[in-house]
Amino acid sequence: MYDVLIVGCGVVGAATAYALSRYQLKIAVLEKENDVAMGATRANSAIIHAGFDPEEGTLMAKLNVRGCLMAEELCRKLDVPYRKNGSLVLSFSEDEDKTLEKLYRRGISNGVPDLRILESEELHELEPNLSPTARRALYAPSAGIVSPWDYALAMAETAVRNGAELFLETEVHAIEKTETAWRVHTNRKSFETAYVINCAGVHSGQIHEMVAAPAFRIIPCKGQYFLLDKSEGTLCTRTLFQCPSKVGKGVLVSPTVHGNLIVGPDAVDIENCEDTSTTAAQLAFVRKTAEKTMTKINYRNTIRNFAGVRSNSDRKDFIIFFGEEKFLDVAGIKSPGLTAAPAIGEYVVKLLENDGLVLRKKEDYTDSRKVIRVKELSSSEKNDLIKKDPSYGRVVCRCETVTEGEIVAAAHGPIPAKTVDGVKRRCNAGMGRCQGGFCGPRVVDILAREQNRQKEEILKDKEGSFILLSKL
Amino acid sequence: MKEMICVTCPKGCRLKIDEQTLKVSGNSCPRGTVYAQNELTDPKRVVTTTVPVSGAILPRCPVRTSAPVSKKLMIKIVQELKKYSLTSPVKVGQVVVENILGSGADVIVTRNL
Amino acid sequence: MRDLIIVGGGPAGLAAAYGAYEKGVKDILILEREDTLGGILNQCIHNGFGLHRFKEELSGPEYAQRYIDMLKDTTVDILSGTTVLELREDRTVCALNSRQGYFELQAKTVILAMGCRERTRGAISIPGSRPAGVFTAGAAQKYLNMEGYLCGKRVVVLGSGDIGLIMARRMTLEGAKVLACVEVMPYSGGLTRNIVQCLEDFGIPLYLSHTVTDVRGDRRLTGVTVSKVDENRNPIPGTEMDFDCDTLLLSVGLIPENELTRGAGIEIDPRTNGPLVYDNMETTLEGVFACGNVVHVHDLVDYVSEEAARAGASAANRILGKIPEHRAVHIKTDGAVSYTVPQYIRENAEEKTVSLSFRVRKILDDVKIQVSDGQRTVFTAKRTHMAPGEMEKIQLPREAIGDARDLTVSVEK
Repeated sequence: MYDVLIVGCGVVGAATAYALSRYQLKIAVLEKENDVAMGATRANSAIIHAGFDPEEGTLMAKLNVRGCLMAEELCRKLDVPYRKNGSLVLSFSEDEDKTLEKLYRRGISNGVPDLRILESEELHELEPNLSPTARRALYAPSAGIVSPWDYALAMAETAVRNGAELFLETEVHAIEKTETAWRVHTNRKSFETAYVINCAGVHSGQIHEMVAAPAFRIIPCKGQYFLLDKSEGTLCTRTLFQCPSKVGKGVLVSPTVHGNLIVGPDAVDIENCEDTSTTAAQLAFVRKTAEKTMTKINYRNTIRNFAGVRSNSDRKDFIIFFGEEKFLDVAGIKSPGLTAAPAIGEYVVKLLENDGLVLRKKEDYTDSRKVIRVKELSSSEKNDLIKKDPSYGRVVCRCETVTEGEIVAAAHGPIPAKTVDGVKRRCNAGMGRCQGGFCGPRVVDILAREQNRQKEEILKDKEGSFILLSKL
Repeated sequence: MKEMICVTCPKGCRLKIDEQTLKVSGNSCPRGTVYAQNELTDPKRVVTTTVPVSGAILPRCPVRTSAPVSKKLMIKIVQELKKYSLTSPVKVGQVVVENILGSGADVIVTRNL
Repeated sequence: MRDLIIVGGGPAGLAAAYGAYEKGVKDILILEREDTLGGILNQCIHNGFGLHRFKEELSGPEYAQRYIDMLKDTTVDILSGTTVLELREDRTVCALNSRQGYFELQAKTVILAMGCRERTRGAISIPGSRPAGVFTAGAAQKYLNMEGYLCGKRVVVLGSGDIGLIMARRMTLEGAKVLACVEVMPYSGGLTRNIVQCLEDFGIPLYLSHTVTDVRGDRRLTGVTVSKVDENRNPIPGTEMDFDCDTLLLSVGLIPENELTRGAGIEIDPRTNGPLVYDNMETTLEGVFACGNVVHVHDLVDYVSEEAARAGASAANRILGKIPEHRAVHIKTDGAVSYTVPQYIRENAEEKTVSLSFRVRKILDDVKIQVSDGQRTVFTAKRTHMAPGEMEKIQLPREAIGDARDLTVSVEK
């Protein structure tokens, strides 16, 4: 019997598990995919938003600003790549100047620190590669960039290290109310739990409807992106937004924590919430829209296009409420969901406590994580490490300088990488300009060796994504 | 007159051959003549593949036919070689199969392993 | 301080080492990231290497072995399993391996021989889903030839580069069905002989002026859509053909790997994506030379060896104090000529001729290669056939250069 069962381990489920794992609770986290962070968490703009976008007084505003505030310390503790690079919302017209002022006032009211409006001269000095037509900007120094999948992974790993039980490839089929608790039926087994927390992202509507009448509607919304090589990664320092419109925050241009440049997204409502395909027309739209911000981007240095599906809803705010007794919906966590996630975790704890869940802190709680990244070590640190474990001296991924030791560590972590993409999310192998062309076969090799599996069993990504079809 | 591209070397000469007299033109070396004449009668290619090898740094050892063999035999030779395996050490030029499938060519190792 | 450090132990690095050794340099160190020498040749098990260099038709591993054997009785040191992380302007090479850890070595001369990488799906923005089953041809080649795994059973090849063509044949021989080879340009990107012996021999259709416009399957690839393109390479609606396949192999070009080069502040030619070089293969950073596919992508390893030997000999000259400090002549291009290597020629260097490599942008028949100094034509050569997939070479006599400031290479009817 679990105290709390969390459905879904994207960044919201992970943050919730992380926040709860500090207490003496028996926690289960169910994830239908073979790794955590497999939905919107792995395909988004990777931005920690400052919090001037959400309307005053909303839960979204509160959790966004709080989440942004928490990010720096959390990333330090859990060793997640993060940079407080600040963001700029650009204005290209008098009308947009007015929008900036509106956002400025809203930001102040939401409690966003250090906001100010930059005039043209200072703006172009800060971002010399910006299109000359940008006339003013709203500057939010508290905004940042993060590795989104690592953010989720770090919180999930910490939760697991502190006793939370993660069940991968476990898909909820039905939820049944028993006399005293919930019984959650999955493709594997059933789980008994006092509380269910629905963090199922684009599937949260279906999960809600397993226990209650429809109360909200999830509207999956696809956004497509360009990820460019590091050669383009220094074109800007801050995250560059255009003025928000009805369809969202619009196309942004931003550096990533890994040193690349990201351009996107568009926003198209879709039927199939698993459809992450890209289309020539929408990519062309993204590119054309981004040209307003910056014309100097060389798209020949694109290393990847991708699309993510955001779980937008028919509500303006996040949907966090008890959809049924002891069944908490955490749904419709659209942008700025990544930013808000740790604050959502905190908030969920408070809601459960208010509902009568007894929370006693663990005495032996480990609130830290350390990841070895050879590239970031000093020369003496490198040498000490290699002396202890020579595999940290063998570079496997040449584009991102990732060593065999790091891949082995990913294969044996608290949530072991099972797939080539899982390795990529944990240590960046295959994330660079050759996109795993050189290191892919080595990663397959190392995974098979370390986990005692046949090479043909090693998947690229989700269930069924076989790489090798037969052995000679 | 039949036209063809010589594949003997990367130059890719554009050859012309008279089907009656077997006279070849367009070649820049004597191999072109042989190639064009073979193409008309019995086209020949070098076959390259791999054979399992144990005890080496790699599980597969590259091999090839020591001379061009009849094109018709290509897939058959690759299949036939599935019956063979090697044990390290092997050296470049070492014969794996003599006169494979009566082609007149041996199959030889192409890497020291 | 080492005399010569060579970054990369593939065909270029090996030939450069031998070239420098032959000219009298004894203190040579090759840094190779893999455990064995030979680079990409080790997975190129097909024949066709060495006809120029050794007058024999060898497979890739055999060609590499020739050079490894040549270096056996020399004083050339080899550190394998060693990745170079950085090259500094003072010719300090920073490297990492599992035995010595992290170390820095300074050298009088450095030769860059890192080779190239394959263009990926991202670089050409193929839309669609992102399932497993989309491989660069080289990755599929490594799985098949080095490790013995077939990555696909029903295959479409995008791009008619040589590796893609070679893999179409190789996978066919291993029992896969190659449905089509699709090329966006109106001509093949690979050698003509490979079109014949890899596609035509096996009845694999080649679709010129076509490209992949959709990729399907959310786990493993289930199919691709191929469309005809117009003269601007834009897909023409209504021309879509669907292929049910589990594999898409990409052979859409090679990019010289110049991250170290850029890091050292060496000037890069945007046309080749490789460093600008003088005729002695020296880059814009004195004492740093480059050769092989890191400079420009070659079709034939024989020419890589030739270029690398020149780089090795030139590094030797630097070390031995024979330094070509002369006025440099800029080589410009015109019309169908897309680039030249070298981009600069220094006057009065030792050799009587300069070997000039270049490519053309389109297929040309019965043309004249012309080198002009602005006033007059100083050199001509005839060609019956030229194609973008085939690198051209001319031997330009030094006396032809005269006192020209720059020379222009063009191709005329």
